[in-house]
This record gives sequence, C-alpha cells and structure tokens, in this order.
Amino acid sequence: MIRILEPGPLTTVQDRGRFGQLRYGIPPSGPMDRRAFVIANRLVGNDGTAAGLECTYMGPRFEVERACAIAVTGAPAPVTVNRHPVPAWTTIELAAGDQVRIGAPKTGVFSYVAFSGGLDVPLVIGSRSTYIRGRLGGVEGRAVRADDVLRLLPAPAPPRRRVVDPRWIPDFGGDQEIRAVLGPQADRFTDEGIAALLGSPYEMLPQSDRMGARLRGPRIAHARGHDIISDGIPLGGIQVPGDGQPIVLLVDRQSTGGYTKVATVCSIDIARLAQVKPGQRVTFRAIDVAEAHRLVREDAASLAGAVKETA
Amino acid sequence: MRVVPAGDLALSVEFTEEISVETNTRVRALEYLLQQKGVPGIVETVPGYRALLVYYDPSVIGYEPLSETLLGLAAQTDATVLPPPRHVAIPCCYEDPELGFDLAGAAERLGLPPAEVVRAHTAFEHLVYFIGFVPGLPYMDSPERLTIKRLDTPRTKTPPGSVSIGGAQCCIYPVDSPGGFWVLGRTPLKLYDPAAAEPVLLRAGDRVRFRAIDRTEFDRIAAAVEARTYRAAIS
Repeated sequence: MIRILEPGPLTTVQDRGRFGQLRYGIPPSGPMDRRAFVIANRLVGNDGTAAGLECTYMGPRFEVERACAIAVTGAPAPVTVNRHPVPAWTTIELAAGDQVRIGAPKTGVFSYVAFSGGLDVPLVIGSRSTYIRGRLGGVEGRAVRADDVLRLLPAPAPPRRRVVDPRWIPDFGGDQEIRAVLGPQADRFTDEGIAALLGSPYEMLPQSDRMGARLRGPRIAHARGHDIISDGIPLGGIQVPGDGQPIVLLVDRQSTGGYTKVATVCSIDIARLAQVKPGQRVTFRAIDVAEAHRLVREDAASLAGAVKETA
Repeated sequence: MRVVPAGDLALSVEFTEEISVETNTRVRALEYLLQQKGVPGIVETVPGYRALLVYYDPSVIGYEPLSETLLGLAAQTDATVLPPPRHVAIPCCYEDPELGFDLAGAAERLGLPPAEVVRAHTAFEHLVYFIGFVPGLPYMDSPERLTIKRLDTPRTKTPPGSVSIGGAQCCIYPVDSPGGFWVLGRTPLKLYDPAAAEPVLLRAGDRVRFRAIDRTEFDRIAAAVEARTYRAAIS
C-alpha cells in the first residue's frame, strides 16, 4: 500500500491504455511517454499490463506501507527516499515506512513511477488508466489527492536490481526534431503551408495537455477551407484549424473531429514530443510510411534490450 | 474510394466526400466486414460520416497489404452486408422551456409552430452515423424540414442530455459541453455513464426515435436512471 502525502499538480494512475473504445468516443489514455513508462515497469520486474503513476511537472510525496521496489523514469525529476537522493532509471528497493519524494524536473514534463506488482485500482473497460475528462479509470476517474491510499498487486517475483542502458535515457532539452508522415489531409494545404510546417520551428504552448500539444509558429495555410467532414483522429494527428496553428492530438484526444490534419507524428516520436516543455521548440521532418515502419521495428528491437539486470 | 496513411499506426479508408446515409452505410458495412473476418493486425476501427479510420499493428501487417485488403472489402460494401439495426426509443421533454430552451427560437427560425417542430422531430427515425468527439455523442441525421443554420453565437455550456439540431444534423450532448446547436428538449437518459458496465448508450448504426414526455415523466425517469432501475427501450 502507498499513501499519498502530497499529490503534485497533476499525478494520475496510468497503465498501457484502454483500447477498442475510440468507436464509442472514449480515448485510449495511457502514458504520454510510453517508452519511459515501459522501462519503469521493466525495472521493477512488471509485465506490460501494470499500472503506475504519471507525474506532470512535479511529482508526489508518498509513503510505502510495506517493502516494495519502485523505479522512476521519464523527465529527470530529483528523487529522494527519506530525504536522501537516489538515482532514477534504476530499481529502488524500499522498506515499510519509507517516504519518497519526486521533485520537479529541469527538462521534460512527465515522470513515471512504477511499483513492483503495479497499482491495484479497479479495471474499468479493461484498463486502469485515468481519463479525467470522462471521469473514467484510475482513482475515481480523477488525479490522485493527498491521503489517497493505493494498494499494490502482488509482485511477480522478488525484486532484482536492474539498470537501463544509458543511451535509452533521453535528453529532453533543446530543440526536438519530430518525424511525421504527411496526411491524411495534406492535399488540403498549399505548398507554402506544407513548407512552413517542415521548414520552421514551432514553439510549445502552455495550453498543451494530455489531449493535445498546442504549438505556435508560421501559419500552415489551407488551400480550400479548414473544415472537413468529421472523421477519426489518429494518435499524433496534426490538426490545423483556421488560424493555421498546429495542434498534435495525443492520448486523451477526441476520437473524431472536423478540422484538417496536415500530417501525423510518427509513433516512436510521440513520447519525445509529449516531453517538450512550453517555450521549447520542435521542428517537423516528413518521412514515408515505409521508413516509419522501419523505425518502429528498430525501436522495438533495441527497447527489448534496454533494461539489464546487475550482478 | 481511396486509402490514405494517418501516421504509421493507422490509415483512413475514404468513401465519397459527402454526408449521406448511403456513404455512411458503406463505412459501417466495411467496419462490420472487418469484425466478421477478423483481419490479423487490425487493432481498432473508428467510423466517421464518410471514412473508416483503421488502427493497425505494423509488426503484424504492412501498409500495402492492409490497403489492398481494405479496398477489396470496401468494394463489397452495401446495406445488405449489415445485420438488422438496433431500435432505440429516447424519451425527451420538449414542453418545459427550462429544458428545451431553444425550441421556441428554432420554431420561429423555421417558420413552424413549436408543436409542429416536436411532431416532425418525434416522427423521424434518426440514424446514428457514428459516435465521436466525446464519449457517447451520437452524430445523427435530421428531418429535412428541420434543417437549420447553427447558432450565430455558440453557447459555452450545454447541459448533458440536451437534444439538439444544427445544419442537417441532430445530436444529444452526453456531457456538459460548448455547442452551436439549437436545444429542442432534454432526455433524462445518460448517453455516457462512466460508472455503468457499458458506459455508452448508443452505437453507430442505431435507429433512434424520440418520444415526447412531460416534465413529470422526465423527473420520474431521471430518478429511476439515478437509481439504476431504468432500462432504455432497445430492440
């Protein structure tokens, strides 16, 4: 069991997500930085279905009521156990009564805390992920609060110390190049509009959230109107309303919409985009579907070996 | 008909660029064929008015073979593919101006007496083209006589259950949301109920008919819905 002492500004329970529900208007939710989340779970020996905490800008302070292992990944937040600094991206063994504080990261937005066994909140339509707008999943469909008590499921095996290959620890600072596949409605934009998207930096805006990343930069001009007949919005869809400013739709997105989508961010770059802080800049580069799929395969192959046991 | 990529995990099968029952029927028929065939690698599908968004796992199936399969199936789509639709009766209180606060305004704009608007609305069998935007929101067609320009100034809040028309469409707001539609009445049913085993009431392809109820019956049904003793009439 863990007891939340201070929740942080927006800390939610997430697992890998809620699938098959977009046709009912329910988004998948799940972690904004899937890679960091998957690695955190592997560090504590969990399989792919375990639920952990997603922290936004600053993490929580909590106490564990029995011995367990945790791991903190994602945005590089300082972590302390009973006020002593401990490293992120590795297994941390805790004793009953230990107090953990996850601070504010210098770069990036989302940090993840995985617990051995995983958080035991009810499965709602097959998932423990929190979807706040829909009041679904997690802790009563909301962010965690002070005094919340979260149970842990039994750990699959006694904790072992694991570490992450350092090249899997990303640098979230600086300009980020994000790859995207043009379409589904690239033909609704002028050549100049597409050239603006691919040739200029866009600044992340503070209004960004789990629904979408709002960016500001040179106008992405439409050739014939910004409205389309409403259709499904893919993960990473770059929607451009009449003002010509892009919004990248993310894990809590609306399932359908009536604005043109100039391009769609590649799945392996969603995490890096999600970690871009307001004020930081991104540039977009177009690749084709075949190349995107090659990158997905490479990514999966190397991620498989990212976490190693130590002696 | 064409297939376009929507990133590396989804593609869109697009039919004729129009909002029509015929085109939307083909979209839903394609989705149904995919459910029946169980094409490996397809993760989930999202129907719209005229396009089906297909999410897939590229480690199981590539873009080209999936496109070919989908185009082949899309060519077979027509109304005969689909199973008989569900019929759903939705009680709606039009008479109380607190609930149907735009009925008088819409009637005036349409040049019809309010009672005639209600008659036209309840006589029409609405098709749910698809569910989208927010959990449980049905995009439906609307009788031609009730085609109406959207509100000049969209309101920032529309109460859940509001039954409304705009353009050639009808929708029911499942959650409190902004909106530019004319609210004719309100249903005591919950279109989205996160605490229910099946949180979303309607499905793409459902046929919806509204049944006019008075305020007393509205309150009675609303209480039964809260107590979870009310069952929506679905056949």
